Amino acid sequence: MSQLSSAQHLHQLEQERSVTENDSTGIFSTAKSNIAVNREKDALSLSQQQELRAILEKGLPHAAQPYLLIAQALNTTEAQVLAQIQLWQEDSLIKRFGLVVKHRKLGFKANAMVVWNIADEQVDDVAAQLSSCSEVSLCYRRPRRLPDWPYNLFCMIHGTDREIVTAQIDAMVKKFSLSYVEKDILFSFKAYKQQGARYTKQGI
Amino acid sequence: MTFLLTQLQQDIINQYQKGFPLCSRPYKALAEQFNSTEDIVLREIQVLDENGFLSRIGAVFNHQKAGASTLAAIAVPESELDSVAEIVNQFEQVNHNYGREHRYNLWFVATANNDKALAEVLEEIEKLTNYPVLILPMEESYHIDLAFNINFAVAQQSRH
Repeated sequence: MSQLSSAQHLHQLEQERSVTENDSTGIFSTAKSNIAVNREKDALSLSQQQELRAILEKGLPHAAQPYLLIAQALNTTEAQVLAQIQLWQEDSLIKRFGLVVKHRKLGFKANAMVVWNIADEQVDDVAAQLSSCSEVSLCYRRPRRLPDWPYNLFCMIHGTDREIVTAQIDAMVKKFSLSYVEKDILFSFKAYKQQGARYTKQGI
Repeated sequence: MTFLLTQLQQDIINQYQKGFPLCSRPYKALAEQFNSTEDIVLREIQVLDENGFLSRIGAVFNHQKAGASTLAAIAVPESELDSVAEIVNQFEQVNHNYGREHRYNLWFVATANNDKALAEVLEEIEKLTNYPVLILPMEESYHIDLAFNINFAVAQQSRH
């Protein structure tokens, strides 16, 4: 990422903040003074970036100004933390930033991994068809492992009810004429572990 | 099982899985959208967290850009499933681990800094469990839409 575009992102953040600076509480005064800091000196070092990633994998601190707390932990500014997160989102290093729910607790207990053995030359087309179904939340291609595992296309359906999910799969098979395709449906029956991925080991 | 979520809790869940405000006071921004207050929003999120509905507010990194990652599976006799799952869970690099209905009945996702580190984790799992691991890395991602929309009956308790 070039210096220029980093500066542009910071500029955007400043503009956004200027809208809120009229806030009568004066809460923004800290952030405002931080922005005045020299931007180049302000850029996150690689180790700070690594640390920020570790924090974002674990989750924001529960506080009114979470980014400010993170900035203090990293010994940098809130503006720089916000800019870095925004950059990572734009670069798609972060593919989702927000609430991560425990879907089973929310009632999504009929979670089916549907695996298909699709001819290599058709796999992109079938994947596009399956992905167009609103009930399909993920669709990936993975390698076959013959003879144990003949399936190369995976999709996930997170549903509240097993019968509904089964009916949805039947409807897809019919709609896309996939009855000839070898497939398997693996409902989950127990979550042994659910946590965010930890690429980095360090953290606060 | 009964759980009642306030309308505000449901709105927060439905709207902020794919994006969270990047500003100094994100909960104040949420509150403005829902005609609520920062304190109430913070409290509602705390309640969701304490009752186990929320894993975290944070980032899901792109597996391919962020490091090495793979789906993996083991075929385990049912009587040993819990104990093998426990061995797999001990690895910090394992972030999801599910029992699924199939001969391959234990499915987990492992992530590491790089391919070599990932391979070492999988080898170690094979060694400790004594079962071969089916390694199924993602080759192509066609579609990801992991947001859950809920619409429950609203809790009757006052939230004002």
